[in-house]
Amino acid sequence: MTDTPVLNAPDGATLPPRFAAWFAGRGWAVRPHQLAMLDAAAAGEHVLLTAPTGGGKTLAGFLPSLISLSARGEKPPAPAEPETAGPGHNAPRIEAWKPHRKRSVHTLYISPLKALAVDIARNLEAPVSEMKLDIRMETRTGDTSAHKRQRQKIDPPDILLTTPEQLALLLASREAAAMFRDLDTIVLDELHALVANKRGDLLALDLARLARLAPQSRRVGLSATVADPDHLRRYLVPQTTEEPRLARLVTGKAGAPPRISVLASEAHIPWSGHSGRHAVPEVMERIAAARMAIVFVNTRSQAELLFQDLWRVNDANLPIALHHGSLDVGQRRKVEAAMAAGKLRAVVATSTLDLGIDWGDVDLVIQMGAPKGVSRMQQRIGRANHRLDESSEALLVPSNRFEVLECLAAREAVAKGKQDGETRRQGGLDVLAQHILGMACADPFDADELYDEITSAEPYRELTRATFDQALNFVATGGYALKTYERFAKLRQTPEGRWRVANPMVAQRYRLNAGTIVEAQMLNVRFVRSLKGGKALSGGRVIGKMEEWFFEQMTPGDTFVFAGQILRFETIVETDALVTRGTTDEPMVPSWQGGKFPLTTYLAERVREMIADPEAIENLPDQVAQWLALQAWRSVLPEADEMLIETFPRNGKFYMTCYPFDGRLAHQTLGMLLTRRLERMGMRPLGFVAGEYAISVWGLRDMARLDIDQLFAPDLLGDDLEEWLNESIMLKRQFRNCAIIGGLIETRFPGKEKTGRQVTFSSDLIYDVLREHEPEHILLRAAREDALTGLLDLKRLSDLLHRVRGKLVVKHLERVSPLAVPVLLEIGKEPIQGAAEDELLGEAAESLVDEAMRLV
Amino acid sequence: MNAALPVRDIDLAGIRLTPDPSGALWWAEMRMLIAADLHLEKGSAYAARGQMLPPYDTHATLTRLEGACARLRPREVVLLGDTFHDRKAEERLADDARARLQRLIMAVETWTWILGNHDPAPPQGLGGQVAEEIYVGPLVLRHEPKARPSAGEIAGHLHPAARVSVRGRSIRRRCFVTDGERLVMPAFGAYAGGLDVFDPALRDLFAPQFHAFMIGKAAVHAVTSRRLAGG
Repeated sequence: MTDTPVLNAPDGATLPPRFAAWFAGRGWAVRPHQLAMLDAAAAGEHVLLTAPTGGGKTLAGFLPSLISLSARGEKPPAPAEPETAGPGHNAPRIEAWKPHRKRSVHTLYISPLKALAVDIARNLEAPVSEMKLDIRMETRTGDTSAHKRQRQKIDPPDILLTTPEQLALLLASREAAAMFRDLDTIVLDELHALVANKRGDLLALDLARLARLAPQSRRVGLSATVADPDHLRRYLVPQTTEEPRLARLVTGKAGAPPRISVLASEAHIPWSGHSGRHAVPEVMERIAAARMAIVFVNTRSQAELLFQDLWRVNDANLPIALHHGSLDVGQRRKVEAAMAAGKLRAVVATSTLDLGIDWGDVDLVIQMGAPKGVSRMQQRIGRANHRLDESSEALLVPSNRFEVLECLAAREAVAKGKQDGETRRQGGLDVLAQHILGMACADPFDADELYDEITSAEPYRELTRATFDQALNFVATGGYALKTYERFAKLRQTPEGRWRVANPMVAQRYRLNAGTIVEAQMLNVRFVRSLKGGKALSGGRVIGKMEEWFFEQMTPGDTFVFAGQILRFETIVETDALVTRGTTDEPMVPSWQGGKFPLTTYLAERVREMIADPEAIENLPDQVAQWLALQAWRSVLPEADEMLIETFPRNGKFYMTCYPFDGRLAHQTLGMLLTRRLERMGMRPLGFVAGEYAISVWGLRDMARLDIDQLFAPDLLGDDLEEWLNESIMLKRQFRNCAIIGGLIETRFPGKEKTGRQVTFSSDLIYDVLREHEPEHILLRAAREDALTGLLDLKRLSDLLHRVRGKLVVKHLERVSPLAVPVLLEIGKEPIQGAAEDELLGEAAESLVDEAMRLV
Repeated sequence: MNAALPVRDIDLAGIRLTPDPSGALWWAEMRMLIAADLHLEKGSAYAARGQMLPPYDTHATLTRLEGACARLRPREVVLLGDTFHDRKAEERLADDARARLQRLIMAVETWTWILGNHDPAPPQGLGGQVAEEIYVGPLVLRHEPKARPSAGEIAGHLHPAARVSVRGRSIRRRCFVTDGERLVMPAFGAYAGGLDVFDPALRDLFAPQFHAFMIGKAAVHAVTSRRLAGG
């Protein structure tokens, strides 16, 4: 380390001698942000620390706690006693902790990942044991034994490391009040990742409860660099109805800028697709030249395919492994251990390796396909050289021509220190319902008090009392207009009007079903040797889990790639999908999506700007520059604030292609709405395909005669949307999640703790009945809100329609334009959407009429 | 587009039967309406055990049955068992739901409750006749399908559903299943789930080639087993 030791922050916080000596002994300098964290602790303020990966964030977060705990039992220093060097005589200091009972939790650490909590506990052991601090640290995760959990409640450790789900369970118990009464500090790691979803909602509610149990406790947020830290700063402070309050902000020093290159492939860059297969030999060369590389891809199927492809050209037999969320846990742990031990040369991974666990000596990060977002890319690049003063090395491999633009835009964004913007989340109503039940399990509550507590959580700041009451009624009796369920109530009121659980079973079932991560129905992928007489032999090894819907689209005999091998689908038996070894080289079912990210708004904007800038185009790789030049000649390249719409005939059909660059989700929604409107205009649309950059609709009438401005008017989001939304499969899927999180559908039952498909009630049936009889039901509201912000990206679509108003550039062409080729190539790879299910059913039936006639 | 008319009817042991989009089966010649597995009060059965499913299932189911009766004007209605979700379901039946059921019963000449495993005892004081199974011409109507041979059997109990994959979209619907010899009815109840036609419990009842008459919004679609996902 080259920094000169700084023992005093500008505003005066100091390290106690024991800690100063430890830093010095390691040859470390205390970083200014670490001292600033001490200062915030001494002032008793909530604080957010943002720093890049490798910035000593975790230690900075824990230092005040370690100091406070080490001072426990020490005599307070005499006022005259000289301090360590520097002008720190009257510096604010961290007071020794004086708990009410002998053992109590001093610091609660919450991480988004179980593995990260375990990792951090291990990392903290070094300072604790080397400074001989008498501090007990323990983790509490889903893997912690029942015995240890019980013991932790009675005799808690000084520092407890856990996850949001486990904290929610703890807080729903009677012992929580005693356990957290003396809580001093709450450390929230990777806060940027925690707050972005329903887990963040649950955590916010839990923080509100902790603030009630331990009003003196202080929140410390640790986060990667973000575009809008105020969002996180608000999250960290209990809010009132007045102006939002902010936590103190400490910013870590930026690390050495990463060295990012975009692969200018010698090979032909494909028009479309997302695999980057054309560049596999070049990627292999880079792996061979590095010590250890992580190769990131965006979906699990891409990971599988790339892994196969790399091994095909891995002539030197380099140890290359695969890591993604569907693989068996044991398999993943083996890969992680091999990485940490430096036994691997490369790992092909999805976002499961995104977060801050220390994976060992990685010196190269390769991103296959466009990173889709600047912030995610920075996190990934941070995996290389986990040290601040060395540049990380990254290679971006665009998988198609559009992605070349996107990769360049991302590289430029990193150079300029830009981040993607985040949008504020409204707390989910399903999470709210779950929390209300949890709080009743802990102790009978007063509705007014609980409402005040909940609205102090930032995501629920705007929750109205009416909605809260609706959620409370839902939890108590289902809250239906028909009052038939009063006698089955889960919550009842005490004579004093407090709400309590009706019986202990309710609490038991809450504990079995709590949590906000609802996975798609998963099937075990079980590898069997062979099938005897058409029946699979039972037994066989489980090699991972995959979504049920993936198998539902397959017929026996279809081949696909999973866990690094080509498999043949045989049949589904209960919760197992039985597979045998595939005998082909090319899988028939090429992809199953698993984690596809839409392009962020920031990158989309930059790509639009690049296309509009002739100078930028000149600097692009030749293949791409020529393609765009051809587009300018045959059609036009729109200005950055315009949207190009092209119409052209092809193979007897008429196409309309538009280029909003707003990501697949928003485009899919747009496609649905456009086809509906075209239908009404008598254009007889047949279907559409939505890509990341463009969308193409085709039909039986020439769309050149359309009033395009009318077609794209923002009122597109009116009745058509409402009507389509109600029919949408996506909304049904979302409803299922909300029904599970909200506790309407329980997936686990006492005595039958194994999740099975048999015990789950079909949420589609409930959805249909509710939609008809109680369209304003709280869980329907929850599902709709989720769909609008998440799956449908409606906010973005609405922004899009307003942005392009009066800025539509329409070109009527004789034939397909160069820019349209990529999206048209997706036809056939993506499901054709826009046709009603009944018509499709009719199609399946009609094709077999002759045979069916036999029966009549 | 195929010029031939889509299949609409089922020939079972020489009897022409029409699967209705409501989920009931219409025997036009006899003016008989057959429905299986209504599972009335399934919602409240879950609520009694702490899962507050919406309480509207009985009404939704009755509304559909009333619709089919109003449209087809049957002389006779046969319910193939599991009409009530459990033995206590009748007690939980709300007064208005009971009145609706009563009106349906009064409107036909013959109303038959076939007993099912969920409702092994006949309902109290609702009228209608009770049977384990009934024989009408060449057909036999019962709750649970019997092991082969079983010519002319119409049964319920298994709640068949089929899945078909069309142009990349997977569509699952309740269905009537028949191989021309026997027929298994879809569940009629709003909350009755479905069992895939290729589950051995269903698959083993039929000849290798069979048809699933999948229920669409306004029509029933005949799909051969080979065209179905999983077939």
